[in-house]
Amino acid sequence: MDLLDFARGPALLWSLVILVLGVAWRLAGVLLQKRRPDYSEPRSTAVAAGAIGTIFRRMWPRKEFQARTAYSTTLSYVFHIGLAIVVFGFVPHILFVRNLTGLSWSGLPSGFIYAAGVVTLVALVAALVRRLTHPVLKLLSNFDDYFSWFVTAAPVVTGLMAVAHFGARYETILAVHILTVELLFVWFPFGKLMHAVLFAVSRGTTGALFARKGAAT
Amino acid sequence: MSATPTDIDELHPLEKEGPRFGIKKPAARYDKQGETPDAERIETAMRSFVRDFGANVSTYMESCIHCGMCAEACHYYVQTEDPKYTPIWKLEPFKQAYKREMSPFAFFYRLFNLKPRVTVEQLEQWQELLYDSCTLCGRCTLICPMGIDIARLVGLARHGMFRAGLVPHELWAAAERAEREGSPLGATPKVFKERIEWLADEHEVEIPLDRERADVVVTMSSIEIMKYPQSIVAIAKILAHLGENWTIRLDGYEATNFGMLSGNADWQKDMTMKIIDAAIRCGAKLVILPECGHAYGALRWQGADMYGGPLPFRVRHVSEYLAENAKNGRLKLNKAGKSVTFHDPCQVSRRGGATQAPREVLAALGVELREMQYGGDLNWCCGGGGGVVTIHRADDLRYKVFELKMKQVDATGAEMLVSSCSNCRLTFDDGQAHFKWDKSMHSLLELVADNLAQ
Repeated sequence: MDLLDFARGPALLWSLVILVLGVAWRLAGVLLQKRRPDYSEPRSTAVAAGAIGTIFRRMWPRKEFQARTAYSTTLSYVFHIGLAIVVFGFVPHILFVRNLTGLSWSGLPSGFIYAAGVVTLVALVAALVRRLTHPVLKLLSNFDDYFSWFVTAAPVVTGLMAVAHFGARYETILAVHILTVELLFVWFPFGKLMHAVLFAVSRGTTGALFARKGAAT
Repeated sequence: MSATPTDIDELHPLEKEGPRFGIKKPAARYDKQGETPDAERIETAMRSFVRDFGANVSTYMESCIHCGMCAEACHYYVQTEDPKYTPIWKLEPFKQAYKREMSPFAFFYRLFNLKPRVTVEQLEQWQELLYDSCTLCGRCTLICPMGIDIARLVGLARHGMFRAGLVPHELWAAAERAEREGSPLGATPKVFKERIEWLADEHEVEIPLDRERADVVVTMSSIEIMKYPQSIVAIAKILAHLGENWTIRLDGYEATNFGMLSGNADWQKDMTMKIIDAAIRCGAKLVILPECGHAYGALRWQGADMYGGPLPFRVRHVSEYLAENAKNGRLKLNKAGKSVTFHDPCQVSRRGGATQAPREVLAALGVELREMQYGGDLNWCCGGGGGVVTIHRADDLRYKVFELKMKQVDATGAEMLVSSCSNCRLTFDDGQAHFKWDKSMHSLLELVADNLAQ
């Protein structure tokens, strides 16, 4: 079995197993904990609307905070949208998903994807520089922050290398690219990448609790 | 044993760089209660911290992405740009303990010692962050892109700190006095009774005390009783105007809850239950909470959980009570005819959901309301909430964040500054004296009482 077969075969399978079981374990570990009843007289009973509303509202900072958070918000939006374009818009990725699941959709032009990949990488590097230099982020950051950055940036870098046929034999680079994605899958449940799932739970929790009190979220 | 010159050189070296030649700023100082061994302090702290954990709080503990945005909402960070005041950083030792002891992957963290045990030195260092520099105002909660209620987590961390005996002395002493005497500031039942008799006589108002049956029970804040007693007269005049069957009960009048502020959940319950029991004894249908921010959170939103079921009476902040009666036409008011800006008490507006009530009262008073920039739910805290105003060593920092508040108020150009929290009022009065500011804080309740239509 060569490296590409390994990446497409057992490595893919086991990384997906770890991803699914890990996410399920972490979510269950949180969601299945006790929930105390709230006996206070509610100001509003529209708690579901509060939860859903907050999940959407927190996609963008309130106007009072926009000036102070403009740079980090823009940067985050650029690399999140960039990643989405590259992951879901690139035709080889769609074929890969179709082979795995049978699901398929139309792709975007390759030139656009390459440009999106480069923009994403630039935004990711800018985010890392900010993390390394901003006093607040420097203080807060730990291994998870840097490793999560690495497993996010690595597939972008190796993907760009693969399409540019740069650095090694195409099959080798492709295998490394797939392995970096699998590294992301494996790390996903353990670190902050879980925010891709937890954002809805966390925002929804506050949205529901605050809606009950009639407080703004 | 006194320190030797060598010790002093090591402990407090001279700082020769910079414009301020002098002794180097000493390391963070902290207060400690009792003689408990350090290991026991840590264990108790963490056990108390996780005592009230459940799915909601665990979700918050799992969700931080270290984006640092919460710093931008915090008045302490905005005014000092010191990263240690980043709200989520104030939880760092507790996050560390959560990951190690309680998180779904705790076994990994322990097996590889990825998150070391929290030390007592850490908690000592964090005392300043959890008490001196957090008013529990919850502005950070509104900026967090993950929706984490950071202020609630700080409240829970304080439970751990109290049990570990690591509370600022002033706050600890206030809480202890409240538990023992019934008031944190010496407004004992005896003192309060004398005050009521004097006020009733002086102002010729009826202040019904200890009625066996009453529809409405009025509670007070110690700050009002001791420093702003005219509030008692104001509520008496308004309730007489409305023809209410009301009383003040000496077995349950103190609405401040230093058990909650200092982090002692048992004392919090004791203090809350006094009011609940008194209201039940006289068959009250309504308990009116005074102009106090945290009292609202303690009884309106947490009271029923302390009681263990829905309360058999309604609980309203006095501003809500006034707004209800202004809307239904029972409260008849003269027009005050001034321009007013309103300072929102964080626990009533942002965290309590009663943001509109005072505005409805001000509208009924016919004033021109000039909202502050970022007023209402995003209002800057006065800097005195969460018990911070009691902590002397926090004064300089408190004045620093008060500068933000003064700017916000001055920019409105309003003739009158009004709030509905006596703790905010106390903080404003202190800030006014410190900065020789030309603005005085007024009480919404007293403004209403002064403008009752005959």
